[in-house]
Amino acid sequence: MLRIEDLTKIFGGLTALQGVSFSISAGEITGIIGPNGAGKTTLFNIVTGIYDPTSGKVYYDGKDITGFSPEKLARRGMVRTFQGIELFGQMTVLENVMVGLHTRSQSGIIASALKLPAHLREERYIRERAISWLEFTGITDLADMKAANLPFGKGRLLEIARAIAVEPKIILLDEPAAGLNSRETSDLALLIKKIRDSGITVALVEHDMELVMGICSRVVVLNLGHKLAEGTPRQVQEDRRVITAYLGDG
Amino acid sequence: MKHERMKFLVFAAVVLTAPVFFKGGYIVNVLVFVGIYSILAVALNLLLGLAGQISLGQAAFFGLGAYISGVLTATYAANPWVAMVIAVIAVGVIAFVLGFPILKLKGHYLAMATLGMGIIAYIMFNETVDITGGPSGLTGIPNLSICGIVFNTDIKNYYLVWSFAMGTILLSLNLSASRVGRALRAIHDSEVAARILGVNVRLLKVQIFTISGIFSALAGSLYAHTVQFVSPASFGFNVSIELLTMVIIGGLGSIYGSFLGATILTLLPELFRALQDYDIVVYGIVLIVITIFMPGGLIRGVPLLARFLLAKVKSGLPSANRV
Amino acid sequence: MELVEQLLQYTLSGLSTGSIYALIGLGFAIIYNSTSIINFAQGEFVMLGGMLTLFFHATLGFSLPLSVVLAIIAATAVGALFERLAISPLKDAEPIILVIITIGGSILIRGVAMLLWGKDTHVLPMFSGDEPIILMGAAIMPQSIWIFGVTLIIITANRLFFHHSISGKAMRACSFNRIASRLVGIDVKRMILFSFVISSAMGAAAGIIIAPLTMTSYDVGVMLGLKGFCAAIIGGMSGGMGTVAGGLIVGVLESLGAGLISSSYKEAIAFIILLIILLIRPQGLFGKGETERV
Repeated sequence: MLRIEDLTKIFGGLTALQGVSFSISAGEITGIIGPNGAGKTTLFNIVTGIYDPTSGKVYYDGKDITGFSPEKLARRGMVRTFQGIELFGQMTVLENVMVGLHTRSQSGIIASALKLPAHLREERYIRERAISWLEFTGITDLADMKAANLPFGKGRLLEIARAIAVEPKIILLDEPAAGLNSRETSDLALLIKKIRDSGITVALVEHDMELVMGICSRVVVLNLGHKLAEGTPRQVQEDRRVITAYLGDG
Repeated sequence: MKHERMKFLVFAAVVLTAPVFFKGGYIVNVLVFVGIYSILAVALNLLLGLAGQISLGQAAFFGLGAYISGVLTATYAANPWVAMVIAVIAVGVIAFVLGFPILKLKGHYLAMATLGMGIIAYIMFNETVDITGGPSGLTGIPNLSICGIVFNTDIKNYYLVWSFAMGTILLSLNLSASRVGRALRAIHDSEVAARILGVNVRLLKVQIFTISGIFSALAGSLYAHTVQFVSPASFGFNVSIELLTMVIIGGLGSIYGSFLGATILTLLPELFRALQDYDIVVYGIVLIVITIFMPGGLIRGVPLLARFLLAKVKSGLPSANRV
Repeated sequence: MELVEQLLQYTLSGLSTGSIYALIGLGFAIIYNSTSIINFAQGEFVMLGGMLTLFFHATLGFSLPLSVVLAIIAATAVGALFERLAISPLKDAEPIILVIITIGGSILIRGVAMLLWGKDTHVLPMFSGDEPIILMGAAIMPQSIWIFGVTLIIITANRLFFHHSISGKAMRACSFNRIASRLVGIDVKRMILFSFVISSAMGAAAGIIIAPLTMTSYDVGVMLGLKGFCAAIIGGMSGGMGTVAGGLIVGVLESLGAGLISSSYKEAIAFIILLIILLIRPQGLFGKGETERV
C-alpha cells in the first residue's frame, strides 16, 4: 500500500536519510525503529508531505505521491499524528474531533453563514460521528473539556481519535507511546490493534520495544539514515547488525 | 443552540429600541458610528480572533469601499445601491487577489505587510487628487434611499446601518460556530495539524481575508453615505490601530466582544470630550494592560472578575448565613 | 543641473537617509535575534532621540552635546522600562500577543510625546552649521557627514561588540539557541534587556543625527520605523552588513524615485519595496534562513 523507494534527504550539511526503501502492506501494523537520529521522523515528514525529499519517491496505492501536500494526502486517506501532539488547544475535545471530519463534510462559507438546511443537517452528522470516535478511543467523558487542559495521555488519545475521524486508509503514528506510563501504553496497544482490525493500515515510529515487538507484524530498522534491517519482530530482534547498532560494538 | 438564539434576540431587541431609549438625541448620531465600527471590528475579529491572522491594514478596505462608493455617486451620479454593490465586489476581488501572496506570510511579517498595504492605500487616497479630492476630501456624497425614504436623519441612518451591522454579526456568528469556523480556529491553533487533517489552509485564509475585506468595504460604503463626506484622515494607520484595540478589548474571537469594543471605543471619546487628546495614550495603555491581565478581553474577563468578586464577598459573610 | 549631477545629488542624499534606515534596521535585528520579537516600537525610540534632545536643548537650555547625551540616556531608560514592564512578563506568548504589546507600547510612547510636546514639527540645529559643501557638482549638508560618520562608528562598535566581546557573543548565542545558552550559564533575561537597551540607544542616536535635516515631531517614529524595518528585512534580519546594505538601498531608491519619478509618492516607495520583498523574498536579499512555511 505504501512503498518508499530510494528516499534521500539532505539538510544543508546533514544527510538525514540515504537511499531508504521498503514497503508497508495494507491491513498490517508496521513498526519503524532505530536509535535516535536514525531519520525516522524525517521519513514520516517526507511521506506525509511536510518535507520534500532530496531524491527518491513515495508510492501510495500504486500512485506516485512524492511531494504531495498534507492536505492532498488527507483527502486520499493518509493521516498522521505528531511526536509532540499538535492539538487545537483552545477548542474542546469534541471540536477537535469534529475538525477531523473536515474532509467528510463540505459546507462552505455561504452555507455556513446562512445556516442553510443542508448545513444544519451536516452539523448534526459531524457531531454524531465525532462522538462515536470519542467512544472508539474511550474519551467520551472529556468531550467538553478544553484540549489544552487535558492530561498528556488523554491528549494522545484525542489526537488519535481526531486522526481516525478522517476515516483514513493508513495512519502514521509518530512515537505514540512517548510520555505514556506502562498502563497507558498497554491501553494504546489495544487501541492500535482495534484500529488495524477496523481496516486501517498502521505504521508507527517507536522507541518502546515492548510495544513494537508486541503488536507489529513487520519491523523496519533505520540507523543513521540507512535501512539496517527489515523483517518480523523476531527476525529483527535476532539480527546481529541491529543489536550492534543499539548497543554498540564489542 | 437555544441559548445562542436567545442571546441574539436580546441583542437585537436592545439595538432596535436604543434610539427610543435615548429619545433620539445626539447620542443616536454617535450610535450610527458605533454600528459602522462594529462591522469593521467584527470583520477584523474574523481574521484575527478566529483565524489568527494579524492584519493592521483593515483601514485600506474600509477606505476603498468608502471612496469607490463616494466617487461613483458624487462624481458619476451612479445609483448609491449599485455603487455599494460595485464597491463591495471590487474590494472583495482586490482582497482575494492580494490575499494569496500576503497570507503566505505569518506573524510579524504578515503584520508588517498589511501595515504597508494600509499605508500605501492611505498615500493613494491622498495623492490621487483628481479622483479622490486629495487631503481635502470628497464632498457631495448622496444619502441612500429606498422606495422614496431617504436616509438623511440620524434616526433613519441608525436603523439603516444597524440593519447591516446585525446582519454582519449574525452571519459572523453562524460562520464562527460552523465547520468553517472550526477549521479557521484550527488554523489558529495549529496550522500543521489542520493541514494534515485535510483543511485547505491557504485557500481558507484567503477566503476569510476576502470576507473581512467585503465587510469592511460595506462599512466604508455606509460611512460614505451617512457622513456624505470622505477624506483620507478617516482611513489612516490610526484607524487600523483603533480597530485592533476594539477587538482586543472586546475579546479576540468573540463576535459580541467586537461589538462591545466598538461601542466602548466610540462612545467613550464622545462622553469625555475633554480628554480628546489623550486617546492615543489610552489606546496604548489599554492594549498593553488588557493583553497582559485580561487576555480574553472584557467579554470573558468581566464575568470572571464578577465571579471572583462574588466568591470573595460570599466567603466574607459569617458562616451562619451560608446555610 | 545635469543628469549626472542630479543622480549624484539624489544618491548622496539617499545614502544619508539610508544610513539612518540602516541604524534603525540594526535595532530591529538585534532585538529580533535575541527574542524573535519584532519591536514595533523601534521607530518611537528614533523619535524620542530627536524630541528629547530638543527638550533638553531648547527648553532646558543645556548645550547641544550635553542634550544629545542626556537624550540617548533617557531614551534608553524608556527602552529598558518597556522591556521590563511589557515584554518580560509575556516572553512565551504567541507572536500575535507580542505584536500587539509592542504596538501598544509604540502608541503609548507616541501619545505621551504628543501630550508633552504637542503636535508641531520642530527643528534641531545642525551640528556644524548649514553651509552646504559642494562635491563634484552636488551639494551635501555638513550634517550628512555627521550622519555617515556616526553611522560608521556605531556599525563598527556594533560589529566589535557582537563578534569580539563576551557579552556580545553571549547575546548571539541566545539568538541561536536559548535553552543551550541558559545551560551554559548565560543569563538570557539579562541579554534580552541588553538587546532592548542597545536598540533603543541606537535608535535614539539615529533620530538625533537625522533630526536637523528632516525635522522632528511626535509622529516621525512610525514612518522611520517602517523604513528601518524594510532595511532589516532586506538584510534578512541578520543584523550585519546585509542590514546596512538594505538601509542604503532603500534610502537611495527612495531618493532617486522621488527625484526622478514623482515626489508626492516618495513615502510610498519604501513601502512598495517592503511589500515586494516580503512577498517575493521574505528571507531578504542577503539572508539565507528559511522563513517558516509549515
